[in-house]
Amino acid sequence: MTARLKSAALLRGIVLGLFAFAIFGPIANMLLWTVAEVWYYPHKLPIEWGFSFWERVFRPQGNARVSLINSVIIALLTVAASLLVAVPAGFALGRGRLPWRSLFLLLFLLPQAFPSLAVHMNIARIFYGFGLNGTYTGVVLVHTIQGLVFSVWISTAAFAAVDYELEEAARNLGASPFHVFRTITFPLALPGILASAIFVFLISLDEFTGTYFVGVPDITTLPLLLFTASMEGNYQIASITALVLLVPSVAFMLAVEKFLKADVLARIGA
Amino acid sequence: MPAKSNMTGIALMMPALIALCVLFIYPLGYSMLWAFRDEERDAWTLANFVKALEFYSTDVLFTVLIVSVSTLLIGVCSIVIAGYLTLGENRAAVNLLRWLYRWPLFIPFVVAGQLMRTFLAKNGMMNNILVSGGIIEPLQAVSFLDWRGIVITFVWKQTPFVTLLLAGAMAVLDRSTFEAARNLGAGRVRVLIQIVVPQVSTTLMVGLILSYVLMMSVLSVPLMINAQSPTMMTVDMAWRINSYGDYEVANALGFISVAMTAVVAWFYLRQGIRQDGRPE
Repeated sequence: MTARLKSAALLRGIVLGLFAFAIFGPIANMLLWTVAEVWYYPHKLPIEWGFSFWERVFRPQGNARVSLINSVIIALLTVAASLLVAVPAGFALGRGRLPWRSLFLLLFLLPQAFPSLAVHMNIARIFYGFGLNGTYTGVVLVHTIQGLVFSVWISTAAFAAVDYELEEAARNLGASPFHVFRTITFPLALPGILASAIFVFLISLDEFTGTYFVGVPDITTLPLLLFTASMEGNYQIASITALVLLVPSVAFMLAVEKFLKADVLARIGA
Repeated sequence: MPAKSNMTGIALMMPALIALCVLFIYPLGYSMLWAFRDEERDAWTLANFVKALEFYSTDVLFTVLIVSVSTLLIGVCSIVIAGYLTLGENRAAVNLLRWLYRWPLFIPFVVAGQLMRTFLAKNGMMNNILVSGGIIEPLQAVSFLDWRGIVITFVWKQTPFVTLLLAGAMAVLDRSTFEAARNLGAGRVRVLIQIVVPQVSTTLMVGLILSYVLMMSVLSVPLMINAQSPTMMTVDMAWRINSYGDYEVANALGFISVAMTAVVAWFYLRQGIRQDGRPE
């Protein structure tokens, strides 16, 4: 019996070990590339180590610096645009008893239900007519649509999770509807709305295809910089950019449950 | 609710609805229609599809295969992981797995592509470990940067998403049924396949369909992992536009990719109707 238990424990350890390697191996390989100065086949490890590529990526006039600033500006503008359209919609869908409520919710899922490339290349063509290609406005609009389902659904869930009775009580004490919204409904929904803002920020930061078609030729974001460097075979620059993009993604993954509380999470899409 | 507040509700949704129509529904409709358009002769035609299939039928097939195989593997992997998280009896192993599986969850495709481009290369870490472990000879080391690389990247990136949904759905199931089955002598694998998975099949399908659609429209991964022929349709679409400004063939390919998605969605909806209609 103990021998069987031991072999079961051994097997469990081996399987978990292989799984950990499958998850972390690719990340570790990327980390090695960020500090490799010289590395070619058949050497298993870099031949020379160092940080000279970091200096090249982060120096003030470098492409990466411009891309990083572009990415952050675009992501912040996308968050602002998303909140502007999603908070009213989320309030209407989460608080009111709208007719065809679930139909409207499904409507916002549409961008996720069709392959987006066909849409993106035609947006680029339509935007071309308006001179929006290669502008911040154009890229922000494309990113806003990508994030729309998340911003609307999460704000809806956040408003739906606010306790009706608190609003009722305030109304009974004579508060105006707007005053109730400003002092009760909105502050209580705020954590969920912030979660949707972070989500949208991340989606915008990571967006590739839309920027690829609409951003050219003037707007380069970090994902495009990473792509170009990788295709040119410049693995150090590509890996350092990948690391810059990886950090917020992983941080959000580790913290997502703190932002999205179970009461909001359970109402998403419902 | 009085009619007045319905109107307010619709008015509050207007900005979001207008954005959706202008930035999504209009371009989508435009792409679907323009797939049938001969712009030079200003007429409707099927010639774009003929040309698209003549040039790219291998890639269409390749895309279907890659996306289907990836979806299948994502399904299997996420059932196994979520199943162990739900039925596993070793607390430490369950907690470790719960911590491990989520890492790729929000990693963007373009980053996943770069990670795999180095990891799966001929001198990448995977081959190095296999050679060092004596599992393969150095001369046997091959690059996985072809269709296998695309599938591995997709599975690596999308499995956590489906697992997260599945594990969530499994966590709210009534545990007493599994325990009853276990007490009657059913193995964990049997409990998973016969009792747990059927109860979360809707969640599984939703997760897999969203992943399928997503993989169908990823451009960065096929470009970075495998840009040689045969490749995925997204690469061809980008190529038609960037090199020839040929929106006609690109839109025909886009139409085909939307149609492939529609087929899957149709099967899903039909399945759903059947299940609802069953007397139970």
